[in-house]
Amino acid sequence: MILSDNILSIITFLPLVGALFVLLVPGNDAVALNNMRRIALATTLVTFVLTLIMWSMFDPSNIEFQFVQNFEWIGNVIGYRVGVDGISVLFVVLTGLLMPLCVLTSWESVKKRVREYMIAFLILEMLMMGVFTTLDLAMFYVFFEGGLIPMFLIIGIWGGKRRIQASYKFFFYTFVGSVFMLLAIMAMYWHAGTLDITQLLKTEFPKEMQTWLWLAFFASFAVKMPMWPFHRWLPEAHVEAPTAGSVVLAAILLKMGGYGFLRFSLPMFPDASAYFANFVFVLSVGAIVITSLIALVQTDIKKLIAYSSVAHMGFVTMGIFTANVYGIEGAIFQMISHGFISGALFLSVGVIYDRMHTREISAYGGLVERMPKYAAIFMIFTMANVGLPGTSGFVGEFLVLVAIFQVNTWFAAIATLGVILSAAYALWLYRRVIFGALTKESLKSILDLNTREKVIIYPLLILTILFGFYPAPILDTISPAVQALVSNYSLSIGADLLAH
Amino acid sequence: MKSDIVNFASLAPAYPELILVIGAMAILMLGVFSKKSANASLAGIGIGLLVAVGAIIIVFPATGVLFNGAFIQDDFARYMKTLVLAGSALALVLSVSSAVEDGLDKFEYTVLVLFATLGMMMMISANDLMSLYIGLEMQALSLYILAAMKRQSTKATEAGLKYFVLGALSSGMLLYGASLVYGFTGQTQFDKIAEVIILGERSIGLVFGLVFLLAGLAFKISAVPFHMWTPDVYEGAPTPVTAFFATAPKIAAMALLIRLVMDSFEPISSDWQQVVIFLSIASMVLAAFAAIGQKNLKRLIAYSSIGHVGFALVGLSAGSLVGVQGVAIYMAIYMTMTIGLFACILSLKNENGYVEEISDLAGLAQTRPFVAGIMAIILFSLIGLPPLAGFFAKWHVFLAAIEAQLYILSVIGVLASAVSAFYYLRVVKTMFFDEPVQKFAAVPNELRFIMAVSGFLIVTYFLTIGSPLASIAKTAALSLF
Repeated sequence: MILSDNILSIITFLPLVGALFVLLVPGNDAVALNNMRRIALATTLVTFVLTLIMWSMFDPSNIEFQFVQNFEWIGNVIGYRVGVDGISVLFVVLTGLLMPLCVLTSWESVKKRVREYMIAFLILEMLMMGVFTTLDLAMFYVFFEGGLIPMFLIIGIWGGKRRIQASYKFFFYTFVGSVFMLLAIMAMYWHAGTLDITQLLKTEFPKEMQTWLWLAFFASFAVKMPMWPFHRWLPEAHVEAPTAGSVVLAAILLKMGGYGFLRFSLPMFPDASAYFANFVFVLSVGAIVITSLIALVQTDIKKLIAYSSVAHMGFVTMGIFTANVYGIEGAIFQMISHGFISGALFLSVGVIYDRMHTREISAYGGLVERMPKYAAIFMIFTMANVGLPGTSGFVGEFLVLVAIFQVNTWFAAIATLGVILSAAYALWLYRRVIFGALTKESLKSILDLNTREKVIIYPLLILTILFGFYPAPILDTISPAVQALVSNYSLSIGADLLAH
Repeated sequence: MKSDIVNFASLAPAYPELILVIGAMAILMLGVFSKKSANASLAGIGIGLLVAVGAIIIVFPATGVLFNGAFIQDDFARYMKTLVLAGSALALVLSVSSAVEDGLDKFEYTVLVLFATLGMMMMISANDLMSLYIGLEMQALSLYILAAMKRQSTKATEAGLKYFVLGALSSGMLLYGASLVYGFTGQTQFDKIAEVIILGERSIGLVFGLVFLLAGLAFKISAVPFHMWTPDVYEGAPTPVTAFFATAPKIAAMALLIRLVMDSFEPISSDWQQVVIFLSIASMVLAAFAAIGQKNLKRLIAYSSIGHVGFALVGLSAGSLVGVQGVAIYMAIYMTMTIGLFACILSLKNENGYVEEISDLAGLAQTRPFVAGIMAIILFSLIGLPPLAGFFAKWHVFLAAIEAQLYILSVIGVLASAVSAFYYLRVVKTMFFDEPVQKFAAVPNELRFIMAVSGFLIVTYFLTIGSPLASIAKTAALSLF
């Protein structure tokens, strides 16, 4: 079938076609601007539908890569190879889901340079799709790093007051983090003779080499994730970026780090992963506790959510390096669900920011009197962020805590403390923004959600609750691949133990 | 050896040079005996001549060694000559729109570019220390005059003089090195030198000669610490001439350097590798930091070109097939980016003349979105960000360095590229994040075309020329092994 053979390439490059059309729209008047928005929306929607079709055709019981295409290309070193397995398929769907929402949320809030904005987002979508679908290590780097260009421009052009500093910080943290990965990729090529990820997954790297490679990949993914203490760029980038930029950053770009750990660090460098597991746990627990404490004292809503993202990513890294089925399933689930929840939280902040043009917590209060629907929705997402049972936030965190409990009780105990702290900052934020007396003059005429905003937020709401009660669609998709990953991992670790 | 002269057909490998020299002479005569108004069409003829010679090199793959081994035409020479011819022709095209203002509307300009190109082709084909020097001086003397072509400008005159004095110094070092090498091996031909070195032991005098040769060539490619002239000359010379300086002569000198070390000093590769590694690290690091403070665009590009020579040398440091292939690819991509960048700069003209300061670019994305877009693409590509061509250039050279296990060099290299991102981003920031302050004149069509083509090639590198270029460069590199 033509569609199923090429579906990943179509999904990846369709946004590029859309970007080309946006580029070619003539004129700059209101009609033309609306046409650009419509083209962008249509492209992202079709892409999303295609990702859903791809998910429906995906066979979870098959642990091999599916929808594979494989051609040798530059100098027979770099190839064009695509394919998805249980670990990557859901990230593709998540990206597909969030992009139309990003376009919608920028419909009115972005007024200047709409053409460039839409092109930047569509190119960003292409690069993100590429990260999750490519099966060539060099191409992974190309997509992973290529995202810097549109994101740098998005923060720098459409961002807030301190946007230039934020965009530079974002750029340099990520760039410096990833250049070592580039050298590691080359070293892997000379060792294995290929950059085909399916082949590399079967290659055994010598132990000492693994250590260096692991560190090089870690430098890149830890910054992207971001793990404490490499997170300094994130709060600023989040605060200054336009709403849609924050959504993409929190919901998808951060997941690239976790995906990278799962796709490369764990299966390709198992010995090094085992060796560094405790190191990762310490950083993760540090992230959970310290950034939660930092979140408590924030006065900027977006910054608070940004710090809470770092804390939640701490659960993800912890889950991944427990290297057991619960931990990894929990980590993937947490990443997907954090995609909905943090995306929705940033969208919610965007709703009041569009009205009041401030993100200071102290500028709000008593919103529940004027915006009851908004208050209800914000409540649900706040609870989901805390990890309340019945929301998707609970499932991931619970699985990870179960997993880490099997590995080390102390880490489990401290991480659970983090859950309490997250309840503290999230609920306190909610109280200050939504409850209290409506005393500020400027807030008295504020309007509740309009239709466009409902269309953006309701799908995420439904998904958050649906997967909270019924996580099976996600877990069934990832489970066989995770089990294969874990058994391969324990095999190579165990084989090593026997050899010594 | 008489047959070389008598039998015209046996000269086939040198046909491109012969055609170029006859054509250049003809244009010189035409220029002397025609009116001043014909100068523009002479430039057109010159461009046509360069394109024709390039086409001959591509279509007729005549290879061989001529003139008692002094001249060699192989796949490597053909590849590099094509690049040089393209660079020269494009530099001539770039000068069309600004010829009157930059004092380049003289027929001597075209003729000098052609003679310089001829010298570069001789350099690329040099297989003997004598022909090396003749080619080198032929292009250098033409370039000195070109730098000072805008006679009324003190800056241009200063640039020409500086270039001449320092260039003469480097030629002196080169000659000294050549005479030492001849003295210790008794040979001037590259492959014969290698034969002598293999047989005898490695004498200290030979290494001295090698170092002097490398120093002289490092000056030509403007590698640190022989780079001092570059920012001043780039800033002072008329912009189209700077575009020429930044592309063709560097490619030719790089080709010459590669052939010299790979052919004649292959047996003592560890000696020259040390020097090349030092030049590479010094160029990458110094350029990355020195460019941060620059306000003038042309000085910025000068430091950027120094840095890029450093990156290209990373590939040569490996001294392997992959490395030479990497340098060959790097020079092609570097030329595309540089020509495109100069096309952008030359298309920005306000009431005070051509834009030279970075701050003049403020808000360009809103006043001239096309130019700003292409320029941003080129700058991101110069940083080495994927999926643009500049990334793949770096990919090929660092791949070679990792194969040769030059880990420290590679780590310093990628860190330097991260630092260098800072000054490129500053230009992007000025164009995209700042508010516009001035208006610009309309963009000439030929510049628009060059910008569009270079932008297209850089963006679609992976899909279009990436793979063919890699295989052509590999064929070229193979002829040295």
